[in-house]
Amino acid sequence: MAAEASLNLKPAKLTHENAIEIKGMNKWFGAFHVLRDIDLTIKRGERVVVCGPSGSGKSTLIRCINRLEEHQKGSIIVDGTELTADVKKIDEIRRDVGMVFQHFNLFPHLTILENLTLAPIWVKKLPKKEAEDIAMHYLRRVKIPEQAQKFPGQLSGGQQQRVAIARSLCMSPKIMLFDEPTSALDPEMVKEVLDTMVSLAEDGMTMICVTHEMGFARQVANRVIFMDLGQIVEANVPDEFFKNPQHERTKLFLSQILH
Amino acid sequence: MSGSTELKFVRSQFSDALPPPMRISGILHWARENLFSSVFNTILTLLILYGLFQIIPGMIDRLIIDAVWTANSSKDCNPEVLGKTVGVCWGFVNAHWGYFIFGQYPQPLRWRPELFFALEAVGLVWLLAPSIPRKDWAMIYFFIIFPVVGFILLHGSPALGLPIVQTHFWGGFLVSIVIGTVGIVISVPVGILLALGRRSRMPVARTASVVIIEFIRGVPLITVLFMANVMFPLFVPEGWRPDPLLRVLVGVALFFSAYMAETVRGGLQAIPRGQYEAAQALGLSYWQMMVKIILPQALKIVIPGIVNNFIGLLKDTTLVAIVNIFDFLKVIEAALNNPVWRLSQMPFAGYLFAAIVYFILCYGMARYSMSVEKRLAIDHRH
Repeated sequence: MAAEASLNLKPAKLTHENAIEIKGMNKWFGAFHVLRDIDLTIKRGERVVVCGPSGSGKSTLIRCINRLEEHQKGSIIVDGTELTADVKKIDEIRRDVGMVFQHFNLFPHLTILENLTLAPIWVKKLPKKEAEDIAMHYLRRVKIPEQAQKFPGQLSGGQQQRVAIARSLCMSPKIMLFDEPTSALDPEMVKEVLDTMVSLAEDGMTMICVTHEMGFARQVANRVIFMDLGQIVEANVPDEFFKNPQHERTKLFLSQILH
Repeated sequence: MSGSTELKFVRSQFSDALPPPMRISGILHWARENLFSSVFNTILTLLILYGLFQIIPGMIDRLIIDAVWTANSSKDCNPEVLGKTVGVCWGFVNAHWGYFIFGQYPQPLRWRPELFFALEAVGLVWLLAPSIPRKDWAMIYFFIIFPVVGFILLHGSPALGLPIVQTHFWGGFLVSIVIGTVGIVISVPVGILLALGRRSRMPVARTASVVIIEFIRGVPLITVLFMANVMFPLFVPEGWRPDPLLRVLVGVALFFSAYMAETVRGGLQAIPRGQYEAAQALGLSYWQMMVKIILPQALKIVIPGIVNNFIGLLKDTTLVAIVNIFDFLKVIEAALNNPVWRLSQMPFAGYLFAAIVYFILCYGMARYSMSVEKRLAIDHRH
């Protein structure tokens, strides 16, 4: 399309070989030690699936990466920038890291198009027209351009989640975080969201997905991480992870979710 | 179609959607549903109809048929002088119309408050009517331009050839509207700031907001007015005497800001955490998040509470009478105390007029807020 050729849709490139470096990271909720000694390095272009029982700290882990949660010990470095209390650095990292939530968290008082253009206009200071062109491009990509003028409440769960993904993509993020993106969806809608994520992975996006969709993990992940009790218990390439789990806890978990 | 008793069933055809069955409708149906749905309801309906039948003809007689519409003194409404039954003496209101609206505002200069009312009406209609575009300009007009122009009009400015009218000449409906408008224009933004401050993570902002809100909420409006009028001059240097009306305006605005803050806080607390997180994850700053995402949703939720505050504010403006400001109710009372108009039936006319005016204003606000709620509910269903 001619209009699209002029848009700057080139995915932003990570400048460092290590997209995310987490070293000796610990976090407490009050007295509760929710994350313990997390060491994790994610390379540029890598796709990591994080799984584990509820309460294992997997959501908290990825929420620390864009500082929705604050860690108390250790370090998190995102594309060369260390996360500290420095608000400027936090904003910088949040601009580069997209996040998709379990409950979509679309803005209910704005139309779909406004949901997509808000951050590009106000954070990246793009002209409105350009932001709208980019938004429509990504709405076509997630296959719902005809919903642009509707409000989130008028869309199905699967459509809302695809809008949420498009909303993140409009900021041309370098890294995408997915926090159980299909857990709140009706079974018939899981596939449309997973398809979108697969196509994103095929484009080489660096992704961390907290999910229980093991089919998705097999298909796109470079690495599967299993967490329990706030710790990384086991990490491996998907084939090995599913065929030949090492830790007892992993075996138990897999036997529960794979029938 | 196969019976449901069989275990095996395969649908061969989906049934088409049909329109709903014809409803019984019309006046008779409505009456049966609402007035005579049970024996008890029927008895209630009949009792109320009987009561209305007893009251309404007498009311019409007093308010309209036997009412006196023009009068020059209490004699024109006195049944003993006229020798016949006399209803409400509307002539009293008629004769004092200018005084009730403008108070002691000098006669030849009354075009200025009249223009003030017109400018305010323009701002309100522009701001409130959904079909008129450019609400951003309407906000600038109503919250910035109109207050400045309005003040110059009412108070005067020798530089512009408008003689100064001291505030103690202002009175009546004019002063009530000035206090109500200033209260609303200031309490909304200040209340929002206090509410945000109270939920802020910064200890200084939070503590300051809590202290201000709780202190002001902890005292009655009358106390605030007395403080403003009597105590305040004791604390400021000799010779610096703020205008009495200004003192009262500050007191009223602060008082209702505290209430507004608590109303807005209720709305802020109703917004799910996910909205904050989504805004933060997109890189929005605190103020962008608040202005674009959180406040539009929070304020929508608390429209009924905000309008409730407005109605309370408008009615509480009558309290300024105790610090010697001649508001709408006070000028009516003053007129009633005039010996020329003294008559036992007279207060009825004056107070009924006040009640009607206040009711129209308050009920108007309530109706408008209902229409806003309806419109917003259609705009984005959850």
